[in-house]
Amino acid sequence: MKILVSIKQVPDLESRFKLNEKGNWVVESDLAFRLNEYDEYAIEEAVRLKEKIGTDDVDITVLSIGPERVKEVIKKALAMGIDRGIYIKDNEAFSKDPFRIATIIHECVKDHGYDIIFTGMQSNDRSSCQVGVFLGELLGISTITTIIGFEYNNNVVTVKRELEGGKKMVLKCRLPLLLTCQLGLNTPRYPTLPNIMKAKKKEIKEYDVNDFDKITNNITITKLNYPEKKSKAEFLEGSVSDIAPKLVKIIKSKI
Amino acid sequence: MSVLLIGEYRENKFFESAYDLVGYAKKYNKTFEMFAVGNKGETPNIKEKLYLADSNKYNEYNPVVHKELITALVNKNNYNEIVFLHSSYGWDLAPRLAYDIGASLITGVIDIAGEEFIKPVMNGKLNAHIKPDKEKLVLTIQSGTFSYEPDRKETGEIVDYDLAVTKSPIEFISYEEAATLGVDLSKADIIVSVGRGIGKKENIKNAEELAKYLKGELGASRPIVDAGWLDYSRQVGLTGQTVSPKLYIACGISGSIQHLAGMKKSNYIIAINTDKDAPIAEIADILVVADANEVIKELTKLINQ
Ligand SMILES: Cc1cc2nc3c(=O)[nH]c(=O)nc-3n(C[C@H](O)[C@H](O)[C@H](O)COP(=O)(O)OP(=O)(O)OC[C@H]3O[C@@H](n4cnc5c(N)ncnc54)[C@H](O)[C@@H]3O)c2cc1C
Ligand SMILES: Nc1ncnc2c1ncn2[C@@H]1O[C@H](COP(=O)(O)O)[C@@H](O)[C@H]1O
Repeated sequence: MKILVSIKQVPDLESRFKLNEKGNWVVESDLAFRLNEYDEYAIEEAVRLKEKIGTDDVDITVLSIGPERVKEVIKKALAMGIDRGIYIKDNEAFSKDPFRIATIIHECVKDHGYDIIFTGMQSNDRSSCQVGVFLGELLGISTITTIIGFEYNNNVVTVKRELEGGKKMVLKCRLPLLLTCQLGLNTPRYPTLPNIMKAKKKEIKEYDVNDFDKITNNITITKLNYPEKKSKAEFLEGSVSDIAPKLVKIIKSKI
Repeated sequence: MSVLLIGEYRENKFFESAYDLVGYAKKYNKTFEMFAVGNKGETPNIKEKLYLADSNKYNEYNPVVHKELITALVNKNNYNEIVFLHSSYGWDLAPRLAYDIGASLITGVIDIAGEEFIKPVMNGKLNAHIKPDKEKLVLTIQSGTFSYEPDRKETGEIVDYDLAVTKSPIEFISYEEAATLGVDLSKADIIVSVGRGIGKKENIKNAEELAKYLKGELGASRPIVDAGWLDYSRQVGLTGQTVSPKLYIACGISGSIQHLAGMKKSNYIIAINTDKDAPIAEIADILVVADANEVIKELTKLINQ
């Protein structure tokens, strides 16, 4: 069985963001980056499936598009138990829309014959919820989004799809299929030191995005701006011993 | 040309939140028609035309079936704008439709500025202005942004919509209800809620103590519940409980759209966060810029005195 996990590296959202010169993205140089949270669940679920079925029968590839720094998240995935990596170099990935990202992935993997593809339900930075579903459509395979439960049995997958208010829908589907992973699907493991060492020997194939980038954007971000502060929030700053008595007064006046 | 709004039903009930679609169309003076897979006994109160595919025939939501139904309708009537809610239904279906009809897709829209659509990015710290480059456009709109109070007496033309569809490889098995609620947070006057910013499980007991002294309840953001640190019945938000206490104290919670959906109606909101730019500042009355654990401890000490 061949599995693909598509992952993205995103900025730490606790950062203070500055806009780039064109004003259509953020300045990346002083940001910390991390693995998209939803994709961590995708990696973990793929590795668990491999452990369940038997390690010799399953081969998992992780793929990521972006500038050089995204190799860090590929390496993290390899250390979590993924077998091999595909890195597609693209310094301009931030300016490409989700459909275009999906076509790039499609062009790269369409002949690989994956049985299951896992992606995140959305990326933390853009929150598009698009790349996974578009990729499924491009490949012409069944796609189920927002899964919080996964079971594999004899070429058939049973998943729980999350709906509003904590309700779930149980669905069944044959392979091949694409699943987008929601928070809470599992508890991702931490890479152990021996596995980090082992991961160093795993193969990462590198490509240039121009090999696969065949279309133009369907949508374009023209600019970013800071939301208008409708906020009435009053800021309390200073030492905790100064703040606390003030807060207590406020709390007592409200209850 | 009308825009096409895609309504939602589940188990034969029309989704009240789908009136947000009407709110969107009204706000920007767009004439519209609606499509839904639902049932005649429970139609939305709109005077505009409703294309209704019978859920007895088409069953509960199946992406393959619903996509075929909507694609055929769009091709027949040639709508240039199709609008979904940004819901488990909308974000699942919208990209499939956009792919089929070759449309631009913008998800999570909160406003329009001229030719451009606005959506939050970076967990709400920034807004992106987005220009669609194709002639046809599919949107999902953020729930709760465009509210609309329907006139409950209003009715309109209902067009039966019937079409042969292919058999979907995705099989619906059943629904599973949300876990039963141990605590009913909706009745609480005071909620002390903890988020990822409190760092570790051991720190929860301090917040619990504070809640106890204030005669309130303990709440949580989703990651705390997903990690198994607190029971699901403590979760506030889109997929948890909706609350409106007199006082909501958010400790180490960033203020994602999905969390706000559950608590923005709180009467008074105090947020404690080390990040002065945290999006929760948008709706908080007070943002305490400090370490949540330290503040909680100090508050507990003072209130206990
Ligand atoms: C379909 C869907 C449904 C969802 N439903 C829900 C839901 O019902 N409820 C929900 O809560 N979420 C829900 N989420 C998840 C949501 O998008 C966010 O991921 C989640 O709310 C973030 O929780 P958080 O604020 O605790 O964590 P984070 O976003 O990680 O924020 C942590 C905050 O703590 C601050 N912080 C860090 N250290 C400290 C410190 N020492 N002291 C004080 N502050 C500190 C940081 O500055 C940051 O603002 C849903 C997501 C999806 C896609
Ligand atoms: N640059 C990328 N490289 C690889 N996978 C990506 C990339 N961008 C998005 N994805 C995948 O698509 C999912 C949804 O992203 P989005 O549509 O941007 O919300 C992510 O969780 C990833 O699994």
